[in-house]
Amino acid sequence: MTAAATLNSAIIADFSVRLPGSKHEAGSFDLRVDERLPGAGVTVVFGASGCGKTTLLRALAGLQPIESGYLRVKGETWHDEKESLPAHRRPVGYVFQEASLFEHLTAAGNLEFARKRAAATVNEQEVQDVIALLGLGDLLQQRPQQLSGGERQRLSIARSLLIKPELLLMDEPLAALDQTRKQEILPYLDRIRAELKIPMIYVTHALDEVTRLADHLMILSQGRVRACGPIREVLARIDVPGILGEEAGAIVEGRVTERDSEWHLIRVDFEGGQLWLRDSGEAMGQQLRVRTLARDISLSLEADQASSILNRLPAEVAAIAEDADPAMALVQLLVGAPGETRLVARISRRSVAQLALSPGKPVWAQIKSVAVLY
Amino acid sequence: MGFSAADWAAISLSLQLAAVTTLILLMLGTPLAWWLARTRSRLKGPVASIVALPLVLPPTVLGFYLLVAMGPNGPIGGLTQSLGLGSLPFTFWGLVVGSVCYSMPFVVQPLQNSFASIGERPLEMAATLRAGPWDRFLHVVLPLARPGFLSASVLGFAHTLGEFGVVLMIGGNIPGQTRVLSVQIYDHVEALDYGQAHWLAGAMVLFSFLVLLFLYSIPARRGDAGLRFSA
Repeated sequence: MTAAATLNSAIIADFSVRLPGSKHEAGSFDLRVDERLPGAGVTVVFGASGCGKTTLLRALAGLQPIESGYLRVKGETWHDEKESLPAHRRPVGYVFQEASLFEHLTAAGNLEFARKRAAATVNEQEVQDVIALLGLGDLLQQRPQQLSGGERQRLSIARSLLIKPELLLMDEPLAALDQTRKQEILPYLDRIRAELKIPMIYVTHALDEVTRLADHLMILSQGRVRACGPIREVLARIDVPGILGEEAGAIVEGRVTERDSEWHLIRVDFEGGQLWLRDSGEAMGQQLRVRTLARDISLSLEADQASSILNRLPAEVAAIAEDADPAMALVQLLVGAPGETRLVARISRRSVAQLALSPGKPVWAQIKSVAVLY
Repeated sequence: MGFSAADWAAISLSLQLAAVTTLILLMLGTPLAWWLARTRSRLKGPVASIVALPLVLPPTVLGFYLLVAMGPNGPIGGLTQSLGLGSLPFTFWGLVVGSVCYSMPFVVQPLQNSFASIGERPLEMAATLRAGPWDRFLHVVLPLARPGFLSASVLGFAHTLGEFGVVLMIGGNIPGQTRVLSVQIYDHVEALDYGQAHWLAGAMVLFSFLVLLFLYSIPARRGDAGLRFSA
């Protein structure tokens, strides 16, 4: 893809939004964004509540006025100094946190509301496809009040797809659901990501919920973008201390290359190394994305064979940074000879001193646990 | 016994007055209630107070000022005369103007409560589903506010039907033109014709009871806030 084509398919957001102080909070809040988001795949916007992530989505959708700046989506100007496209002219699908449905319409009526107003004609087959994609076939005649939380959210996602959006905005669609319901929705999100080529911006305060979905990650804090980029890069960074907290930890992508049926393990090869994981029936050759939380990686100077830790990787210290917690430090590691893969370990500052860790020093990374994302 | 011809004329006039008034009030009251429900303007308080004034003012006070305003030297009177419509007091249309003012809060408040209870979310949701402002109003607000419209219409109608003080002040007692039900009852009592008065008064009690029974038996739904202010 040429640079111009990339520009034309990207979401270019350079704007600020100001919210007047409400009765409950003193002062006003402002959000400042200057980022280029990819016009494909899933971008997760992560931040604590009140960081401005919902405001960002609302500004993208046109529900929140932009104070200054511009917004271009796939080559179309949605907002600049001269004009601002009103919300109803922007081809965005918006999924609200608490599954807002039209209570005066049936499930089918809710879908029809969107279909009639779609940017392009939606034929019957496409409607059926969306209904099937979100498993709504049996619910169409129900009223929203009769649906469970998970069903409501699926209906609301289906409805947002039926306007044929060029951009899908999701505002913590799982936050209001319990754990079981979340697990009920996640496969559908996977399917949307895999089957529809609609770029998605997904806002959440629970990173683990969506690390498997995300291609891109933006970290927001107090109305400012702290990090933004491909999720593997952002999660391997150590210069955004504290924001991720206990969630800090890098992502590794690899392929299943061996199955050890005696010990029920599989081997995943990634650029620069390999990991042994518990065998959950993954197919040989299957692509896997796994996450190693920084707090689950410890470092030693020797290959300590007499340990229960299954995965020990030779690595090199790339950088050391302070954690928000004064007792802790974040250590970025390069794994493998050319250093293609980066991991992050969170260890005590005393250990950093005792091991005399500094950039360039070879260490062994002991990985206590690995979470398979997909 | 039963209703006399004059009673029937009064009943028919009252029904016409109530119907016309309710229709006009729905047309004026809907945008006004919408504005009151959503504005953050500093004028909201004063406007809401003016709309609510007939709730607390003696009808004679309201009628007195309307009479003055509609008179040949008043602002409304001047306007109607320059438009060639003649003078409004002691006419049916004078009563309509009076009733519109008098019953305004009974239509505006249920609508306003109903609009307010819909909240911002359904409108935002509709906007992201590509519905423009009119589309949103027609296909989201109106259906969601239906209980409010029902309460507003019934209350506006019933309240106008029972109007007395304002009518007497600006309409007088002209048979077939301004002699409405309540005035007819007053006349019967003045003439010590309690029997006739009973028939009409009893009919009014029954009608009002049935109207309220109907309103209170509407299943309570989100958006139905019709009687909150008066009950």
